[in-house]
This record gives sequence, C-alpha cells and structure tokens, in this order.
Amino acid sequence: MSRKITIEPVTRVEGHGKVTIHIDHEGNVTQTRLHIVEFRGFERFIQGRPYWEAPVLVERLCGICPVSHHLAAAKALDVIVGAGTGEGLTPTGEKMRRLMHYGQFFQSHALHFFHLASPDLLFGIDADPAIRNVIGVALKHKDLAVQGVLMRKFGQEIIKATAGKKIHGTGAIPGGINKNLSIEERDSFLKGPDPLNADKMVEWASGALDFFKTFHKGHKELIDNFSKFPSSHLSLVRKDGAMDLYHGVLRAIDSQGRKILNDVDYQEYTQYINEEVRPWSYMKFPYLTHLGETDGWYRVGPLARLNTCDFIPTPLAQKEFELFRAYTNGKPNNMCMHYHWARLIETLHAAEMIRQLLHDPDLHGNNLVTIGKKQKEGVGLIEAPRGTLFHHYRINDNDQIEMANLIVSTTNNNEPMNRAVNCVATSMMTGKKEITEGMMNAVEVAIRAYDPCLSCATHALGNMPLEISLYDQNNSLIDRKSK
Amino acid sequence: MSEKIAFTIDGVTCKGEKGQFLVDAARDNGIYIPTLCNIPGVNPKSCCRICTVYVNGLPMTACSLQVFDGMEIINDTPALIEQRKIILEALFVEGNHYCPFCEKSGNCMLQALAYRFGMLAPRFPYTFPVREVDASHPKIIKDQNRCILCKRCIKAIKDEKGRSIFAYHRRGNKLRVHIDPKLALALTDELAQKAMDVCPVGSILVREKGYRVPIGQRTYDKMPIGSDIEVKK
Repeated sequence: MSRKITIEPVTRVEGHGKVTIHIDHEGNVTQTRLHIVEFRGFERFIQGRPYWEAPVLVERLCGICPVSHHLAAAKALDVIVGAGTGEGLTPTGEKMRRLMHYGQFFQSHALHFFHLASPDLLFGIDADPAIRNVIGVALKHKDLAVQGVLMRKFGQEIIKATAGKKIHGTGAIPGGINKNLSIEERDSFLKGPDPLNADKMVEWASGALDFFKTFHKGHKELIDNFSKFPSSHLSLVRKDGAMDLYHGVLRAIDSQGRKILNDVDYQEYTQYINEEVRPWSYMKFPYLTHLGETDGWYRVGPLARLNTCDFIPTPLAQKEFELFRAYTNGKPNNMCMHYHWARLIETLHAAEMIRQLLHDPDLHGNNLVTIGKKQKEGVGLIEAPRGTLFHHYRINDNDQIEMANLIVSTTNNNEPMNRAVNCVATSMMTGKKEITEGMMNAVEVAIRAYDPCLSCATHALGNMPLEISLYDQNNSLIDRKSK
Repeated sequence: MSEKIAFTIDGVTCKGEKGQFLVDAARDNGIYIPTLCNIPGVNPKSCCRICTVYVNGLPMTACSLQVFDGMEIINDTPALIEQRKIILEALFVEGNHYCPFCEKSGNCMLQALAYRFGMLAPRFPYTFPVREVDASHPKIIKDQNRCILCKRCIKAIKDEKGRSIFAYHRRGNKLRVHIDPKLALALTDELAQKAMDVCPVGSILVREKGYRVPIGQRTYDKMPIGSDIEVKK
C-alpha cells in the first residue's frame, strides 16, 4: 500500500510550510517536498509606491528579521539616490546601520538556537513533544532559557537605539540613517546593569558555543551525519575575504571548495543568479546560471558563510572559526547540523562586533546622509541571519517603484531544504511499517537547521496541529490521524 | 481691549474673549476639544465634525462657533466620545490608511485621535477604494489613499498671488483633492514642506524626504494628542 505523509505545519520555524512524503507499496520513499503554502506578493503591491517607502514597507515581510529587509532595501536605494554602495555612505550612516544589523544577527540567532533548535538537542529528536519545546527548556534548563531571553533582549535594544523601534523601525533611509547614537545609549550598552551589557553578551555567546561543542562530543553521530550531503555555498565576503555580514562581494564555492563565483559585484547579480519556478510551491528555486537548474543550486546562511569566507575579523570568533575549519581539514563543511555550530560562531562574532562598534566615535557623528546623482535602478545585498538576501528595485520618472525583485534567504535555501527533507525521510522512513512522531520531527529538525523563514512573522507556541494522511495507490484517503 | 465673557465647559467655569472660536477659548482654559480639519488662524469650515459639542443642549461644531456669555458646553461625555470614534472609524474605512509604513505615522492627527479615543478596530466594513498616487509634480506627491478631504491644504496653501494650489475635483464619493499642475510647478521648498505639515494625515509628501524624523522624536510619540493643552489646566 502506498502512502502519503503530510507534516503540516512545520513547527518551530518562522512562517507556515508543510512537508509531503510519498511512500510506495514496497515502503520506499518516492517523493518528498517542502511546500511553502503562503503567498505574500510584496514584489507586486509595492509597485507605484514612492521609492523611499520601500525600506519601511518591505520589512513587514518578517517580524523576526525585519532589519535585514529594511537594510537590504535601503542599500538598493543608496544606489538609486546616488550614494553608491557601502563606502558611499558617511561613517556615521554606515556604522549605525552595521550596529543595527549586528544587533539583529545577535537577537535572531539567539532566538533560533535557544528557543527553536535547542529543544531537539536537549531532549532528543524522539522526546515527548510535550516537553520538547521552549517551555520544556525553561523548566529543565532555566539558566539557558534565561540567557536566550536576555541575549535576544539585548539585540532588540540595540535595534531600538538605531532604528527607533525593536520591530519595524525606520532608521535606515536612502543614502544613510536618520539618527546617530547618543552617548547615553552607548553607555547603557557598554556599562549597562549586569547582565545587559556588551561584555556579558560576549561571555554568554562563548558559553553557548561551549555548550554546543560539549554536546557535539557526546553526539557525534547525530551532529555529523544527520542530513549530510554535498553542496555549493554562496555568501557575501569582504573584498579581502573576511566574513562581512553587511557589505561585500558575492562569492560561491562548490562542495570541494573551488570558487564558482569569484568575488563579483552584486549589482550584476542577474548575470549570475537565475530562478526556477516549480508548479507545486510558491517559493522559487534560485541557481547559478552558468551551472544550470540541475547543478547550480547552493546553500546560504551560517554554514555557507563560514565555508566561503577566509577569516573572521574578530578575535574570539576567529579562534572558533579555525576550530570549525580544522574539523573538515579546511574543506567545505556539508554537515547539516553544523549549521548550529556555525550560527553560534556568528553569534559570538556579532557580540564582538557590537562591542567593537560601540567604542567607535563615528556613531555619534551628525553627518548622516549622502545624496548623489539619481539612478533608476539599484540592488541591495546583505547577509541576513538566514542567508544572502537580494533586493532589487527600478523606479520610474516620478520616483515610483516600477519593479521589485526580492530573493530572500530562505528562497536561496529552498533546494537544500528539499534535499534535507528527502535525505532524512529516505534514511528514516524507508521500509518502516509505522511512521512515528519522532521520525516526523526528524524531518522538521533537518528543516529547522536552516532556520527558515517560510513566509515570515507567523509564530505559534503550544499545541501545534500535526496531521498525517494515508492514501492508497489510487490516491484515496484511507486513514488520517492528527494531534 | 476685547470684551471678556464667561462660560462653562462640562461644568467648569471658563473665561474667554468675545469673538473667539470655542476650540481656541477652550484651549486657553486648558480644555481640549479635538479638531481635525481646523487650522488656527484660518477660517473654519466644519468639515470633519470631530469637534462637535453640545451647546445649551444643541450639537454644534466648536471650531466655527464663537463663544458668548453664559454658554453651557458639554464636551466630555461617553456619548460624545463614541460619536467621535464613529467619525474616526468612518474615515479609516473610507480610505486606505496603512499606518505601519506611512511617513506621517507619529505625526498624524487621524492616528493620534484614534489612539486618544481608543479606536481598536472599526465597526464598519473596509471599503478598500482603488485610489492613485499622483507623483507627477516636481516637489510633492499626493497619495489619495490617505486623503480625508479635510480641505486644510486648500485653505492654507496659496501661491504669492493668493491662488489655491489645491482644489476639490469631482463630487460625491468621487470627490478628490487635486493639485493644480501649473501652480505646482512654482511651489517653493518651503511651501511644499508647509503643505506636508498642514496635511493632518500622510496624503501630501515632500519628495525624497521620507522618514527623516526618527521614531521617538515625532509629535505624538511621547504624549497623546491634546495633552499639551490639558497640562495647562
């Protein structure tokens, strides 16, 4: 009897998605798909709006990483208002944006690791779902849960100081920023009451990394082999090869570490990136044009960033980066669960960057905006917590948005996530007479490693519905169970 | 010296000057009567009716009513607050007011009044009208989605010869505020900014200047609308 298994919704991720797994009458997994079942339409409905509204409009895509969309749009508009890319901004403009961005990274990564991912690690993939959640973490590992909450709070306060609000602020404007950082704000972050200060955040980020490494030692099989498959990797890097989450050039490597996109200008991304449409998903499938739809897919996000960059420009994160790279003898790391490791190294890097930036007097400058010769088109690229984020706008003669194309991080990871689902389903469900809750959670664990934002801003806590439907070979429903 | 008169608002004895409009006299006495279409110094038109109060038992608009001796005014009752909420809710559903991305958010009188009167969700169905953004003028953009037809721009924004740059166009539910295309060409930066400032919502925008005022520094970020008047009480 063939069966179709549906996991809907996928839980502890941002947004709403579902997984379908088809199993034939011999028990073989024949087809797996991660479906994105929401439709947002931002690219269309912002057409006609004045271009300077874009950073505030498009950030509504997400409640977790609005800063990423805010900044990617602002960077595209920097080009349109003639401020150029990156270096064209005033030091205050660029550094305030960077501070906002690293605050965003810090809070988002903390949220993901402590609240979304850690229940699987702390309690096990097969654990009772009644305890395998953030409340379970809070009850059994109070210190860890409190740290997660306060790390997120610190990041959110940084965002508020730079963007005006913790969620959906308006700090970045075309050509710069609308406020600087006051001395009082700086002091509150550097000398704030324990534990809400930059030194403590660096310490806690290191502690989270130590926790993961200890866990890794005890669970090598799970961490190294779960949903492992070779892939290409893509991210921004600084021109000298350093990790840079805010600005740089576009680099991609293949599974052996060979450069397949060699530090190119992202303004020309349309020459290198294309998107495939498949009829069963609202989410497109990007690929490197020169390698084609079949071979051109790639991973983005923390794992990809640590694979593509040459070094990390903060000392503590650089030491961890060296350990990370040594683990695979310098070769690209293709282990899905190492996303968590990479994410925690980035969390530490973000904390160090925040501390470093807070000591920079440029944050208090009054020269906030750069305006130059108007352009009709601009591309903004940024490394969002979940991966490389493209924003591309064209305006008409009346300053209205005429065209928008957004390739969000999770879209870039669409093919890898589908492969991860297939990998786990094939290895865990093939030949099994009974599909257990633990098996289905394993599929979710693979998806969760990518920290996807499936449609943004849909969050739930508690008793999430899960439905399994069994179909016969004629696709007729024979049984359905839900919880 | 102008003649002094006495009147009461909600039982509180107030003093004013003969010929003074009620909203102004109330303000001088530390009492806030909400207004939306009214601009101090410009002849009132009573367009929006948000300032309706009861004067000796009769409903009247406080922006256009001059005070007189012995007036007994009712301004703050649950029924009047409800009536003001209804007007606000009608204005919200009649247009497309997306506060979250509006440049005027925090400086918007309509939004501020909605907060003040505790509007959570409108009781009327949204109409979602299809309205255009007129971006054809060199200095300003007119977003018809947000226009509440209050007439403030028509009354307050004139060129050096006293001609109105804004005017009503068409009638009924097709009524719009349009910009005279020739006069708009002669708009100075100062007058364009004044047009944006005089608009109580985000319908008139100065080009390329959006979001320059950070959140936290906008008019109604720290205190609700009217509280600056009430602190004088």
